[in-house]
Amino acid sequence: MKIIVCIKQVPDAKDVRLDPKTNTLAREGVQSIINPYDRHALEEAVRIKENMGGTVTVMTMGPPQAEEILREAVSCGADEAVLVSDRAFAGADTLATTYTLSQAIKKIGGADLILCGKQAIDGDTAQVGPGLAVRMGMPYVTCVRKISAAKDKPFIVERLMDDGYDEIEIELPALFTVVKEINEPRLPSLKGKMKAKKLSVTTLTAADINADASQLGLKGSPTWVVRVFAPQFKGQRTMIQGTVQEQVDQLAEKILEWC
Amino acid sequence: MDYFLTEEQQMIVDLSRQITDELIIPQRAALDESEDFPGAILDAIAKADLFGVYIPEEYGGFGAGTFEIVLALEQFGRGCVGVATAFAASALGAFPILVAGSEEMKQKYLPDIASGAKKAAFALTEANAGSDASGIQTTAVLDGEEWVLNGTKQWITNAGEAKIYTVVAMTDRAKGPRGASMFVVEDSDPGFSYGVKEKKLGIRASSTRELIFKDCRIPKERLIGRLGTGFITVMKTLDKSRPGIAVLGVGLGQAALDEAVRYAKQRVQFGKPIISFQAVQHMLADMAIQVEAARAIVYAAARHIDAHPKDMSKASSMCKVFATDMAMKVTVDAVQVLGGYGYMRDYPVEKMMRDAKILQIYEGTNQIQRNVVGQELNKEYT
Repeated sequence: MKIIVCIKQVPDAKDVRLDPKTNTLAREGVQSIINPYDRHALEEAVRIKENMGGTVTVMTMGPPQAEEILREAVSCGADEAVLVSDRAFAGADTLATTYTLSQAIKKIGGADLILCGKQAIDGDTAQVGPGLAVRMGMPYVTCVRKISAAKDKPFIVERLMDDGYDEIEIELPALFTVVKEINEPRLPSLKGKMKAKKLSVTTLTAADINADASQLGLKGSPTWVVRVFAPQFKGQRTMIQGTVQEQVDQLAEKILEWC
Repeated sequence: MDYFLTEEQQMIVDLSRQITDELIIPQRAALDESEDFPGAILDAIAKADLFGVYIPEEYGGFGAGTFEIVLALEQFGRGCVGVATAFAASALGAFPILVAGSEEMKQKYLPDIASGAKKAAFALTEANAGSDASGIQTTAVLDGEEWVLNGTKQWITNAGEAKIYTVVAMTDRAKGPRGASMFVVEDSDPGFSYGVKEKKLGIRASSTRELIFKDCRIPKERLIGRLGTGFITVMKTLDKSRPGIAVLGVGLGQAALDEAVRYAKQRVQFGKPIISFQAVQHMLADMAIQVEAARAIVYAAARHIDAHPKDMSKASSMCKVFATDMAMKVTVDAVQVLGGYGYMRDYPVEKMMRDAKILQIYEGTNQIQRNVVGQELNKEYT
């Protein structure tokens, strides 16, 4: 089975600040990490490979330094790594990103299973997974908290919902986005670190993936960010105290006030 | 200080540090309190391939040496000497097979030890045989195609948790030290059981129990090496393993120093952080000097051992004495720097002080180590 895990390099949430003047993320001096949800996707891919055989390829679209997270992913059990990198990809929104990723995946021969994190902790859109599935013509399930896989049988996955979970039977090829509940990601291994050190990362450019330039980067991104701001919490609480009768009286008075 | 580690050695340090910071340190106080065996942490260490660091590649290991396992143990020791002891004890149990076992024996046992799927343990000590190994009363008698073991081993680290035991027993008492042999005993062997878990001052995450052999029958080929070479195998094993204990002292000393300096910088008395007082500064300076000196001697001894010299006992014993005596002193001083807070279980230094004591006792007391050094000097100067 060929599994592809799409990962993203994000600023470590522990260090990140919002620049109040520009309303953008102050990324200077902030350490970059693998998007935490993507770690769970990688772990699940490695577990499926360990149980059913196959290969795990990690892929990221990003600047050359994103190679670091690909090597880290290999030290945690991935077999191969693909960096999709080109100046033409810069400024991509989720529409352009899914186009780029889908072209790259097609270029390396497609996949039986694609796993993504539920969302990235910097953009928080949760759109790339489903968008990529549509571009690949694959069925998808988001917010997966459990995958039960057996050879020559459909996969059974549990989708986390607000009020419980859905159990879904699905045939491969398919794409799942996963939540943190799905597993506990492993630490790197010594053999993995050795492998990561020696690994040659495949880099794919816009030309390599036969991309239509008008669908890439800023040019291919219909999303316009008008303003970024940190929401302020304005909710106010009032504690009503006293005996039950007193509390009811006070509450009734408030309700009448608001009406 | 820069010890000029290779890229691979630095990788081992980084990985062990990550495990220590993310898994061991957050759990050490709870493990100390509950005295539970750190199975989940050891599983994570196994998944990280660190159980096989010193085991040759042909038996599923990483193919590195004493120095590399020392680097891993330094980090684990910085986190918790109890957890580190449980890890180290598996290596100690594996060394007799590695230094004296047959090819078949190595192939049978080492891959599982390297992967961490099975832990090992080393069994020498008995009620009447500690420093004086000639007091061993456990016997092994050949009966047809089987050895029959009888006796009780005491204070065996990893007892009950390990699946593979390397055990010293007398095969011919009349021959004295040349009448001892070593055997592999498996957890499931008939006539083999465990005593109750001991309650200890420190290293409470590690399991310490008796091994009880009552007509325990094992196949003939479980003899490690040749008949009557048990003590030689023990000596070779301990020569290789002592730097691992020594470096637990280095890791522990470093941890105590880290805590003491951090505290001294933030604790204010007489209107100033206490680190500004020379009385405290000098204590911290002495701690730092001792820790670094111990690290240097342990690293040097481990590298010396990896060069396979004819004689490694003196270097091995010297580093064990120096680094573990240092750990005792430095942890006591760390408690002193933290004062009343240091004495409380809310801070980690009282546990460090309790843990330090065993380092001066196990794998040969520091008095025995000084005997070894003294005897070697006596030989050298003839």
